[in-house]
Amino acid sequence: MSEKKARKETVSRQAMPEQAPEIRRRNFAEVPTGYTAETAVIEAGRCLQCKKPSCVEGCPVNVDIPGFIARIAEGDFKGAIRNLWTRNSLPAVCGRVCPQEIQCEGQCVLNKKGAPVAIGNLERFAADWARENNTGELPPRKASTGKKIAVVGSGPSGLTVAGDLIVKGHEVTVMEAFHKPGGVLVYGIPEFRLPKAIVAHEVDFLERLGVHVACNMVVGRTVTVDELFQEGYDAVYVGVGAGLPRFMNIPGENLIGILSANEYLTRANLMKAYKFPEVDTPIPMGKNVVVLGAGNVAMDAARTAMRLGADSVKIVYRRSRDEMPARTAEIHHAEEEGIEFFLLTNPVQYLGNDQGRLTGMECLKMELGEPDDSGRRRPVPISGSNFEMACDLVIVAVGSGANPLLTQSTEDMTLNRWGYIAADPETGKTTKRGVWAGGDIVTGAATVILAMGAGRKAADSIHEYLTWGW
Amino acid sequence: MFEIVKREEMAGGTVILNEIAAPLIARKAKPGQFVIIKANEEGERIPLTMADTDPDKGTITIIYMVVGKSTALFKTLNVGDGYQDVIGPLGKATHLEKQGTVVCVGGGTGIAVLHPITRALKEIGNRVIGIIGARNRDLLILEDKMRSASNELHVCTDDGSYGRPGFVTEALKEILEKEDVRQVVAIGPVPMMKFVSGITAEYNVPTLVSLNPIMVDGTGMCGGCRVTVGGETRFACVDGPEFDGHKVDYDELMKRLQAYSEDERRCYNDFCRMEQ
Repeated sequence: MSEKKARKETVSRQAMPEQAPEIRRRNFAEVPTGYTAETAVIEAGRCLQCKKPSCVEGCPVNVDIPGFIARIAEGDFKGAIRNLWTRNSLPAVCGRVCPQEIQCEGQCVLNKKGAPVAIGNLERFAADWARENNTGELPPRKASTGKKIAVVGSGPSGLTVAGDLIVKGHEVTVMEAFHKPGGVLVYGIPEFRLPKAIVAHEVDFLERLGVHVACNMVVGRTVTVDELFQEGYDAVYVGVGAGLPRFMNIPGENLIGILSANEYLTRANLMKAYKFPEVDTPIPMGKNVVVLGAGNVAMDAARTAMRLGADSVKIVYRRSRDEMPARTAEIHHAEEEGIEFFLLTNPVQYLGNDQGRLTGMECLKMELGEPDDSGRRRPVPISGSNFEMACDLVIVAVGSGANPLLTQSTEDMTLNRWGYIAADPETGKTTKRGVWAGGDIVTGAATVILAMGAGRKAADSIHEYLTWGW
Repeated sequence: MFEIVKREEMAGGTVILNEIAAPLIARKAKPGQFVIIKANEEGERIPLTMADTDPDKGTITIIYMVVGKSTALFKTLNVGDGYQDVIGPLGKATHLEKQGTVVCVGGGTGIAVLHPITRALKEIGNRVIGIIGARNRDLLILEDKMRSASNELHVCTDDGSYGRPGFVTEALKEILEKEDVRQVVAIGPVPMMKFVSGITAEYNVPTLVSLNPIMVDGTGMCGGCRVTVGGETRFACVDGPEFDGHKVDYDELMKRLQAYSEDERRCYNDFCRMEQ
């Protein structure tokens, strides 16, 4: 026993190989290249197999982390993926985009002395292994209940609900407004962080389980929630996200060359405009690019602009480095790729030429004052610090709000004062009978895994309702 | 796939009509609403306002002018072919009200968008005066349909090759002089809508225009279609596409429509070269 323990402590966390920054900054291929079977087994061997694993509590969908890792350590990769699928229908996605440092890995006991087990990398490995060595095997499905559920939105929460309810024997239709399913996984997160083929594969997995995916369905326009009930659906889950871009409402914002991050990333990712003119959707090719904001979306937009050949890409943020909401790893990746940070800086107006094209930005320097409602120190402008910054493309990534398309057309559903749907945090039940909601349309823009956690709770509650009543 | 069940060429092959099988959209669509349409996997998403719908047959009709790569590609599609994606109905429906005498002004392919609105305005009991215009006789579309949709129709051509010579704005001015017009609906090229709105503002007649900015998703999630109306930014795809013509910043809209002009030209030229 003591010998075994000693050995574990000498093995250090296995690094994930990555494309070198000077190469990857100009291509759209995935940055980390993944574990080999050998490194995965070594890394899995570091897990202490705690009796009361705190890592599981750190996971919003409570994956049986020691269980799947034990299988990897034994070389039973098929067993590992089977175990993962019982709790998580999107392991290849979560392994890549979850902020593990504040979730499962943040809770790992090894964190106290050294580096935590690379749970995300291992989850990714198991999912990638299953995809590459396609066994065609599916999780078992309960006998049909004859109940029909409509899932509105095919983002992370909707896909989780669909995956959970299909194995419980219900009939599930996922409705997506775009022409491809995946929500933010296809239009928002870039190819170099999450290859679209992987998202397509995860959706394909759900379809093989029996989930029906209907694209080009704009619920609120093509069909309303009330009409879904008339058409015979027994329950509706609303997971439409927070897809309403925020702008800053400063002069000159409608000049050509100022795009919301949603538009920029949708063109680049969903429409694959980085391949223009091989595909038909164009995207502005900025030479001097400024991204406003410092969240993960801002990092994605900045790194995309760099890959599209910009001479310079700047992140302009009104607070300081400590307040940047993006993951540390993303900020680090962006810096390695040559993205510059202009902190404590805020634009006050855009400047343009007579063709209505952007030529620059007037900014103010800021300093930090007292903490605000969010607990972060409020940025205060330094008067007279105005200066100009030349730029030909600005991507506005200062957050998003609730898109009212669905909620405006749905009666008896209570919204909060920001337009998000009021839903019970424990069950996802809305004030409208038979309707659940979860993910960003309830919480405002958050993370993929939190949306999935909300989907899991709602799926359990929907199942209970379909079995026992409201 | 959304199959093309009927195809017609108009205006010497520069304008194409497609009737498309899209039962879910046909069931819900109202005058003034649009669809986003994408031909194939590599295609871009293009907004087109519906010219007609047939809920019983489950079809919608679009009429478009060939102006670039995507519309040139659409033109190559025949009956039995189809579009990979058709999304809708999108945007707000026209607010229709019985008001008395209304004037419906259409220019170019805007006439296709204007027609269902004109018909609906007449059906609810308005006295509808139609004015349609084109550069010349060959480019004029839907004259017969507009004639039966209105109580009175004026046809103008810029070069005088047919109907009344000159712009639609001149015919409009004459009508505003002698009639008690309660509302004007103007749909066509941006400069035409701008000039119409300028005139009706002088006569203090409420004016509705249908805007055509660049769009990507058409569901309010990107803001690519933003326009300034009454000093405020609005998204044409969800707040419009119809707005109070007296409040629209047309100059900004015209500039924004040029955002991708170089890319568009390059794409179109490449496509034409390949077709030859």
